[in-house]
Amino acid sequence: MLNKIGKLALASVVGLGLTAGAGAAKAETPKSGGILNFVVGSKIPSYDGHQETTFGMIHPIRPFYSLLIRVNPNNPSDPTDFECDLCEGDVPTATENGTKFTFKIRKGVTFHDGTPLTSADIKATMDKIVFPGEGVPSARKAFFRSVDTITTPDAHTIVFKLKFPTAAFIPALATPFNFVYSKKDLDAHGMSWHKANVNGTGPFKFVQHQPGAFVEGIKNQNYHFKGKPYLDGFKAIAAPKMAVRLSAIRGDRAAIEFRGFPPKARDDLVKSLGDEITVQESDWNCVLLATPNQKRKPFDNAKVRNALTLGIDRWGGSKYLSKIAIVKTVGGVMFPNHPLAATKDELMKLKGYNTDIEASRAEAKKLLADAGHSNLKVDFSNRGVDQPYKVVGTWLVDQWRKVGIETAQRVQPSGPFYDSLRKKADFDVSIDFNCQSVINPIADMTKFLGSAGNNYGRFEDPELEAIYSKIEKEGDATKLRQLVRQYETRSLSDETSGMVTLWWYKINPHRSYVKGWKIAPSHYLAQHLDHIWLDK
Amino acid sequence: MAIVNEASLEAQLEELEEKTPWFLAAKTMARKQPVGVAGLIIVLLMVFASIFAPILTPFHPEFNSFENMLTPPNATYLMGTDQFGRDIFTRIIYGAQTALFVGFSAATIGAFAGLVLGVASAYFGGTFDLVLQRVMDVFMAFPLIILALAVVATLGAGTENVIIAITIPFIPQCARVVRSNALAIREIPYVDAARALGFGHMRIILRHMAPNVMAPFLILFSAFVGQAILLEASLSYLGMGVQEPTPAWGLMLQGGAEEYAESAPWVAIWPGIAISLAVFGFNLFGDAVRDTLDPRLRSR
Repeated sequence: MLNKIGKLALASVVGLGLTAGAGAAKAETPKSGGILNFVVGSKIPSYDGHQETTFGMIHPIRPFYSLLIRVNPNNPSDPTDFECDLCEGDVPTATENGTKFTFKIRKGVTFHDGTPLTSADIKATMDKIVFPGEGVPSARKAFFRSVDTITTPDAHTIVFKLKFPTAAFIPALATPFNFVYSKKDLDAHGMSWHKANVNGTGPFKFVQHQPGAFVEGIKNQNYHFKGKPYLDGFKAIAAPKMAVRLSAIRGDRAAIEFRGFPPKARDDLVKSLGDEITVQESDWNCVLLATPNQKRKPFDNAKVRNALTLGIDRWGGSKYLSKIAIVKTVGGVMFPNHPLAATKDELMKLKGYNTDIEASRAEAKKLLADAGHSNLKVDFSNRGVDQPYKVVGTWLVDQWRKVGIETAQRVQPSGPFYDSLRKKADFDVSIDFNCQSVINPIADMTKFLGSAGNNYGRFEDPELEAIYSKIEKEGDATKLRQLVRQYETRSLSDETSGMVTLWWYKINPHRSYVKGWKIAPSHYLAQHLDHIWLDK
Repeated sequence: MAIVNEASLEAQLEELEEKTPWFLAAKTMARKQPVGVAGLIIVLLMVFASIFAPILTPFHPEFNSFENMLTPPNATYLMGTDQFGRDIFTRIIYGAQTALFVGFSAATIGAFAGLVLGVASAYFGGTFDLVLQRVMDVFMAFPLIILALAVVATLGAGTENVIIAITIPFIPQCARVVRSNALAIREIPYVDAARALGFGHMRIILRHMAPNVMAPFLILFSAFVGQAILLEASLSYLGMGVQEPTPAWGLMLQGGAEEYAESAPWVAIWPGIAISLAVFGFNLFGDAVRDTLDPRLRSR
């Protein structure tokens, strides 16, 4: 079964072709030395990768840690190219009908405090992520619901036994948040210690963190990839305002920002710095959603939700918003370039994806009239971050106005916004997003399930859950594709329990002397920095 | 003893005043306070623009027109368009509505509440005055923008909350100035006379004391409108004020300044000029009012 999915995944290698700039880079001999300064546009909530979900933590903290396996940093656009980080040799293939994975652990690896790494550390880490105890936060526990047991036959072997074979396991394991912690630290200091302390086996050692200012790291001389890292150290500079981040790159106070800039910023940098700036672009494994709150009337009515999605001109939005915002690609529930993603013809069968927007809007008006809500008013909650939330939010307000819906946009800072979205549920429709790291479509699409911990539509849809259960266990590529289409149609079109607006598009202009870094379809991936060097 | 008929005297006075044509009065005012008149003209232009906005502009301030995004100023789009293709001239004109609504609402509520509290504090004196003034001290310890930010962070963004956020810091400012003037008025015999006649506290405060502190009150009021416009723009710029797609100058500046300052400077320049002009106008007008009403400055 895995073999078939493997073939499907292999096809994706051909199909993806995501990176615009990376492929053109010719082989160069890396130079050692130098400090990489980069800017980060978000705060660090805590250092604990297992509980955090933000790039604000990943960018400055990931270089201190290693993973069991990781996405190949030289080919990060490929969703199937993984390599061993703390394991030895190649990433193992499954045995026992795809239900058993045995990893050999590298010998001679030490934590930054000098403690030698063994399989017990990997097990303690994975237990914390997969089977967290009461009150222990684990943001990606759901990724591992296929895992039955984790055992360590000896000090350098770890075995994962799955309940059922799934192609989602290896990508989940390569998630960059799965920092490997020392068992000694977990036993001695408890499960919360890593929120405020750092001790990893990564390419850089923690030097200092000045909150609101910077995080500093220095080269780990005992790093397990010999000859790496190339850098002597790095400094992650906090810069919440985009203008500051741009100025930092323009003035060469920073060489790169790993999340991404809007098109206008790219154009300005290129215009002023010419070939001192290199631009890499990629589709982004982030989708911007609009989620109706089905606990509120009349959004419990599918006709009203259908009208909302029918009012959105996604193809037109893609054309123009891609010039001013970090969104571009029209898509469904799957990362657009994945082989399982809907083609344009398939998308056009869904409500709100027809290129004849006038016909869609006429249908929307009719549905609203049928539902008795021709003069619908919407309280629309949005996040106080320009890119892409406020830009797309303002566009949505205008889109819905065209079908007679009056929308009051309520923009809040991130904290209160999340409070509204997750706890208060005091909105009719809210901006929402699904940003994942490793492209793992079977896992990523759980976002659309009513039962998902990160779905805020407040609905139950047993039919959708049933389709997903089949998807999770389906090994035949053709049948899997059909099931994904059923899931997509049910979620986005028939029920409109969620609305996909546009998929994000990643634009990374950086100083041309930054070498080795290749853009990935996620701003979380390949941020360990051990492959980056400075051509100065 | 001759009985003076107050009503007939007032009527005669009004008759006399009417004999001076308005344009002559305006000319005299313009000669004496040319800068203040310039400020008044700016204020009147703003009021005119907000009232007649739908007539003055052919476009809708909130409708997107992506085909025309970031068009430089030309004959059709006098001030160019923003990133959503919206006409900036239209949004500036409609933005005056937002600025004036927030400015006048906050200034009126803040100044009147401050007037009543200030006069009452002076009139009652004693413990009431002591406690009230200490409360005012607490509020005045915070810089204006910080207090407004704290209030809007607590209440949430939106036009109504912005008005509340701006009003609260104005109250102690006005109350403090009014109280100092009212303290002197309290000692004038007519207040004692009013008490002796058995008038209630409310009547003495509102009918006999408050009108006599109108000079500092009006000066403060005009200054408050300018400050309120600036505060609203600041809060909107920080994303804590009026929300998109409502046209508001601070919001327009925020939307344009960061990303388009270099490639499409008109997006940020026009709202910046509008804010500066409006505040400048109200400040000039306020200074003129002060010069006119303050007897110490009148003779200069």
